[in-house]
Amino acid sequence: MIKIDSIKKGIVIDHIKPGCGHTIFKDLGLHKVDYTVVLIKNIPSTKMGKKDLIKIENEIDLDLTMLGLLDPNLTVNIVENGKITEKIKLKLPEKVKGILKCKNPRCVSMIENITDVEFTLIDPENKIYTCEYCDTPVKA
Amino acid sequence: MLKDRHLIQPGDFTVDELQGLFELADKIMESPERYMDACRGKLLATLFYEPSTRTRFSFEAAMLRLGGETIGFSEPGSSSVSKGESIGDTIRTIGCYADIAVMRHPKEGAPLLASKKSVIPLINAGDGGHQHPTQTLTDLMTIRRYKNRLDNLVIGLCGDLKFGRTVHSLVKALSRYENIKFVFIAPKELEIPSYITDNLQKEQFETTQDLEGSLGKLDILYMTRVQRERFFSEEEYLKLKDYFLLNAKKMEKAKSDMIVMHPLPRINEISTDMDNDKRAVYFEQAKMGMYIRMALIMQLLGVE
Repeated sequence: MIKIDSIKKGIVIDHIKPGCGHTIFKDLGLHKVDYTVVLIKNIPSTKMGKKDLIKIENEIDLDLTMLGLLDPNLTVNIVENGKITEKIKLKLPEKVKGILKCKNPRCVSMIENITDVEFTLIDPENKIYTCEYCDTPVKA
Repeated sequence: MLKDRHLIQPGDFTVDELQGLFELADKIMESPERYMDACRGKLLATLFYEPSTRTRFSFEAAMLRLGGETIGFSEPGSSSVSKGESIGDTIRTIGCYADIAVMRHPKEGAPLLASKKSVIPLINAGDGGHQHPTQTLTDLMTIRRYKNRLDNLVIGLCGDLKFGRTVHSLVKALSRYENIKFVFIAPKELEIPSYITDNLQKEQFETTQDLEGSLGKLDILYMTRVQRERFFSEEEYLKLKDYFLLNAKKMEKAKSDMIVMHPLPRINEISTDMDNDKRAVYFEQAKMGMYIRMALIMQLLGVE
């Protein structure tokens, strides 16, 4: 197995569904940064069989709402002095603002310049949210 | 208190707040002369981004009967909207002139967007196929007026239950009251959507295509239009349209105190031979609409 050093101060995103690490890596803009980041794919996992993992050797502000929307089963570990100081279990956010887009052509958000449309979770199992303006269901 | 609030969807007001509105509307109906100056000096702006003579007249009549005045437009072509002004800017500007505003818009959610920018109370007078809360208030007011209650009722809803926003809003509003049973009467193509029935208990509703056979158990029959364009084929439309028509003969099967409601305009779903039946209350329903709008305007403005 490939050996990768532990980080001293930063963030580890764990329990990423195998194959999804690259998407999260890109969505967080990590492909453009100049500090140390690692994306590891298909690591053997007792819980998941296989998993992806991201290590970030830097303190950054993670958008947990967006991460939760991408994959509610992720774990975010905060690392200081080489030790995990906080473990954050993500979940699907109840409300999301400015991330999802309504697909209803009759919705006012289609004609007006609204950047912060709020969506409310109505079906966690299927990741279905509804638009605050027209109540149309949207799959996240 | 409803002063300075907006009405965007029927659920914006609690059952108690609605009760307060109905009681005020009752008082206005009993002695309208006492309220003819209630809104003197106040201005209602009617912002109609699509034509709707009936709803606009109802609001304008309500304000004029309270001694207030109205300004507004009845199509976007005659307003700054045609120059590309945003909804937010329009409502902010209107707020400089008027005390209260009413908005009808073809886009769903437009009144909610406007309410976020509005400094005066805003009433949604219909946003596309989405919400039409003052129609729901009208319907509840009519039921309460004729049945003396809003609980323990069996209500049949017939016609286009799939796209009919008045039906969806009414079901939602009535389900807040005790022991309401719904009978949804519609052709397969226009059945009530599951996202409406999902919020009801199993024993709270039944679906059927049999209007005539259902009449005997209903306290209220709420009719809606079955529109030609909703059907896949002309043949299917012609086959089904008469099946969901109400006429004097079918009404023989109904209870003697069952009331027939309709949001109007009707096309042919209620035969004109029904109009003299005392159970046909659809024109009275339009009158109730004006009185409940009077009560609503007064309460949002906080006038006695």
